[in-house]
Amino acid sequence: MKHIRLLFAAVLLTGCASAIAAGLEAFDFSGNVDEDRYKHLIVELRCLVCQNQSLADSDAGLAHDLRREVWELMDQGQSDAQIVEFLVTRYGDFVLYNPPVKPSTYILWYGPFVLLAIGLLVLVRTLKRRGKQTDSAFSAEERERLKQILGSDKPDGK
Amino acid sequence: MPRFVRYLAPLVAFIALAGLLYKGLSLDPRRVPSPLIDKPAPAFSLPLLQQPETLISNADFKGQVTLFNVWATWCVACRQEHPLLMQLAQQGVQIYGLNYKDTRDDAKRWLQMYGDPYLANAFDAEGRTGIDWGVYGTPETFVVDKQGVIRHKHIGPLTMESIKNDILPLLRKLQENDG
Repeated sequence: MKHIRLLFAAVLLTGCASAIAAGLEAFDFSGNVDEDRYKHLIVELRCLVCQNQSLADSDAGLAHDLRREVWELMDQGQSDAQIVEFLVTRYGDFVLYNPPVKPSTYILWYGPFVLLAIGLLVLVRTLKRRGKQTDSAFSAEERERLKQILGSDKPDGK
Repeated sequence: MPRFVRYLAPLVAFIALAGLLYKGLSLDPRRVPSPLIDKPAPAFSLPLLQQPETLISNADFKGQVTLFNVWATWCVACRQEHPLLMQLAQQGVQIYGLNYKDTRDDAKRWLQMYGDPYLANAFDAEGRTGIDWGVYGTPETFVVDKQGVIRHKHIGPLTMESIKNDILPLLRKLQENDG
């Protein structure tokens, strides 16, 4: 049992090691390039080879190259926006995990709110109709009689 | 709301959703459309694979419709499309290669073994020209027109089908355009 646990821990740790290693090239952060800024940016960018990983996570060759590119552009003093622009002109909006708001992405950005609005509209209408129905289901006479019956049923209604 | 509308609404919604999902099945998320289509080919200047002292640039493509094929010896699918490139070269198509993140020795040996369909190969050891061209998976093949504008990008190995349906008709069309 103890051995199995140890083995399990070892396997987990191996996974960690490779995940960390992907982001750790020997870049020099003592100069122009701020490490936090660099790390923040590569998390926002998608690796095109393993598409559900960011540049920070991916160990693909292209991800290495693109990280090097990002670091060098930062070293040259380019802003985040300029670096993103550099990648978008080459690979398209697809490299961005945070897609820009523009006509082709309106449905992506505003679609959920439209659906929510439709849902609320349906809810309000349904509730209104239901309210009306309970009102008109019985005539005044019937309601009076109903009250009597229900009233006499109550355990403490005597 | 008339009753039949209320009964049909879920059916219509279902059909719309099913149609959307069905369309999604036939889309390949690995094919990322290139933003470089109909833009001037990114400039590069690289040593030739065979003669390191000589430089090749995209200016060398000008005046001819060109296939620009990105390949490497470590790329399995490149081997698969190679015979098709040989055929295209025999038909007189101008093919230049970008030997991507490879070693000269491996690449030269490959061309000796399997044949050389390329007029010349640019040697991109670090893959920087690859990045400028938006390459993310070899093989990739660009069609560049006489003015040096990218007209088409084929991602993945060329196939008989893609050559017959996409590449050759496009080459023919671009050939006819003078200028």
